[in-house]
Amino acid sequence: MVAVRSRVDRLVAPTLRRHLLIALGAAAVLLLLSAQIGAYDDYNLTAVAIFAVAAAGLTLLTGLNGQLSLGHGALMAIGAYTASLLLKDHRQLPVIVVLLISVLSAGVIGIAFGYAAARLRGPYLAGATLTLAVALPQVATRYKSIFGGESGLTVPPSAPPDWLGADFPPERWLAWIALAAAVVTMLLLANLLRSAPGRAFKAVRDNEAAAALAGIDVARTQVLAFVISAACAGLAGALFAYWSGITSPAGFSLGLSLQLITAIVIGGLGSLAGAVWGSIVLVFVPLLTSGMASTVHLPSAVADNLPLAIYGGILVIAMLVAPHGIQGALRRILAIGRARWEYPPRGGQKGVVDWDDPAPGT
Amino acid sequence: MSRFFVLTLSGLTQGAIYAAMALALVMIWRATKVINFAQGAMAMFTTYLALFAIDHGAPYWVAFAVAITSGLLLGAIIERVLVRPVESAPPLNVVILTLGLLLFLEALAPMAFGGQIRSFPPAFSIVGLHLGNSQVAFSPFDAFTLGAVLAVMVLLMLLFQKTNLGLRMRASAFNPEVSGLLGIRVGRMLTLGWALASLVGALAGVLIAPSLLLYPTFMDDVLVFGFTGAVIGGLDSAVGAVVGGLLMGFALSYVGGYFGSDLETVGALVILIAVLMVRPRGLFSLQRLRQV
Repeated sequence: MVAVRSRVDRLVAPTLRRHLLIALGAAAVLLLLSAQIGAYDDYNLTAVAIFAVAAAGLTLLTGLNGQLSLGHGALMAIGAYTASLLLKDHRQLPVIVVLLISVLSAGVIGIAFGYAAARLRGPYLAGATLTLAVALPQVATRYKSIFGGESGLTVPPSAPPDWLGADFPPERWLAWIALAAAVVTMLLLANLLRSAPGRAFKAVRDNEAAAALAGIDVARTQVLAFVISAACAGLAGALFAYWSGITSPAGFSLGLSLQLITAIVIGGLGSLAGAVWGSIVLVFVPLLTSGMASTVHLPSAVADNLPLAIYGGILVIAMLVAPHGIQGALRRILAIGRARWEYPPRGGQKGVVDWDDPAPGT
Repeated sequence: MSRFFVLTLSGLTQGAIYAAMALALVMIWRATKVINFAQGAMAMFTTYLALFAIDHGAPYWVAFAVAITSGLLLGAIIERVLVRPVESAPPLNVVILTLGLLLFLEALAPMAFGGQIRSFPPAFSIVGLHLGNSQVAFSPFDAFTLGAVLAVMVLLMLLFQKTNLGLRMRASAFNPEVSGLLGIRVGRMLTLGWALASLVGALAGVLIAPSLLLYPTFMDDVLVFGFTGAVIGGLDSAVGAVVGGLLMGFALSYVGGYFGSDLETVGALVILIAVLMVRPRGLFSLQRLRQV
C-alpha cells in the first residue's frame, strides 16, 4: 500500500497536480472574466468554449492519432439532436444529465464509425468522413416527425438556478456551463495524453508498424481515439443545442466540420492549447472582419462578402507564414527566448534552437 | 422500366460531370499529394468568367474558351504562388490552404460578378431528343456534355501515355527527387499538372452550369460527389476516378429517383462505406493493402 502510494506520488501526482492547478486557475480567470463582460460577450465566450471542446476532441483524433476527420460536425449533430430530443416538449431535465447522455450517445455511435475508420487511411478517411458530414443532416430532413425536418427542434434554455438570484443573466449561466465543460474536457484529455493510452495514440500516428511491434493494438487504439473524440463532439453538440436554441440540419452543414479542422490547424496541430487558440480565432475573426467591413461604406454585394473573403485570405496567409499554427509560433518564440536566456549570444554565437521542430507535440 | 431508362440516362450525364471532377482531383493528388478542396470553387470562378464574357456579347464558344483557358491559368497560378511554398509543411496545412482558397473565391465571386443567381446558356438544345415518336430524357446538350468529357479524357490519356511530356509528368509525380536528378524540371511538371486538372474542373463547371444555375456555391455538391467518386475509384487511378464518378452519377440518380432526392447523399455514404470496407483504397488501387 505504501509502495503504491509513493509510486502514485512519484509518477502520477506531479502531472495531475499541475493539470489540476492549471484547470483551477483557468476556471477562476474565466469566472471573473464572464462576470465582467456583457451578455453579448458571454454569448461569444460560450461559442469559444463549445468550439474548444469539439476542437480538443478533434485534436486528439487528427493531431495526436493521425486520423483526419472532415465529418466532426456530424458527430456534433448527434450530440445536439440527442439533447434536443431529450428536451422535446419542454421536458425538464438537469443540464448535467442531458450533457452526459449526449456524450454517451455520440460515443456509442463513435464506436461504429471508429471501426470503419480504423480500416481507412489519409484521404480515404477524409472522403468517408466528408460524405458523412454531408449525408447525416439529410437524415434529419428526411425523418421530419422525429427530427423536425428543415425547421429543426427548438431547445428550451437552461434557467439559472434560484440561488444565483432572479436577475442573473441566462447568457452568463450558459457561459458558465460551457466553460466548465471545456475546462473539465481539457483536464481529462490532458491527463489522458500524459498516460499510456495517450502515448499509444502518438505511437500509432508516428509509425503503425513500430507501434504494433511494441505491443500496441493499432486498430483498438484508433477506435478508442475515435470514440473519445466523438464523445467530445457530442458534448460540444449538446452545448451547441443550448447555445443556439434550435437544432436544425442547417446548423450542422459541411462548413461546421471544415471550421473545426481549420481551428485545430490554425491553432497548432496536436496541442490542446492550439485547439483553444483555434476556437478563439474561429469565433472572433469573423466578428472582427464583419466589424471592419461595416465601418467602411461599400456596395452591399461587396460588404456582405468581404468578411468571408478576409477570413479565407487569413487562412491562406496563416498557412504560408505560420505552418505550425499559433501554438507553434508561440513555442518558437519561447524557445528562442529560452535559448537566449540559457546561452546569451556572445560574439555572433547563435542560440541553440531547432528551427524545424521547435518542440515535440504536447 | 422506362423510369429506369430515364434515370440511367440522367445518371450518365451527371456521372460524366462527377467523373471530370474526380479526374481533376486525382490528377492533383497524383502530382502533389494534395486534395484540392478549392477545385469546385475554381470551376465556379471560371464559369463566372465565361458568363462575364457572354454578358459582354461574346458568343458561346468564345465564353467556353474563356472558361477553359482561365481554368488552365488559375490552376498554374495557384500551384506556383500558393501551393509550392507549403509543399514541405505538414500535409494538413495544404488542406486548410485549399479550404481558405475555397472560402475566398466563393466570397470574391459575388463581389466581382454580383450575388444574384444567374442562368447559364447551354451550347445546344436541352430539350429531349425524339426517338421514333417518343421523347427520351436525353438532349443534344447531354450528348455534348458526354462527348466533351470523353474527348478530354482521351486527350489526357494520350498525353500521359504516349508523349514525352506525359512521361515526364508521370515521373515527377512518381518520384520527384529522382526525376529532378534525371534532369526533369519537376516544378514545371507540377505546375502543368495543376493547370491541366484545373482545366478539367473548369470544363465540368461550364457543362453543369446550365442545369444547376450559377451561384457562388453551385459547385460544392459537385466537388463532394466528385471526391466521393475519386475515393471509390482509388485516388491513384485516373481510370478509377472516371469509373467512380460514373458510379456516383448512376447511384445518385437511382437513389433520388426511387427513394427521394433528400436521401441522395445518404445513398452516396452507404455506397462509399460499402466499397471502402471491401477495398480500403478504392476499387482500382494497385497499392498493397495495409493490414490492421
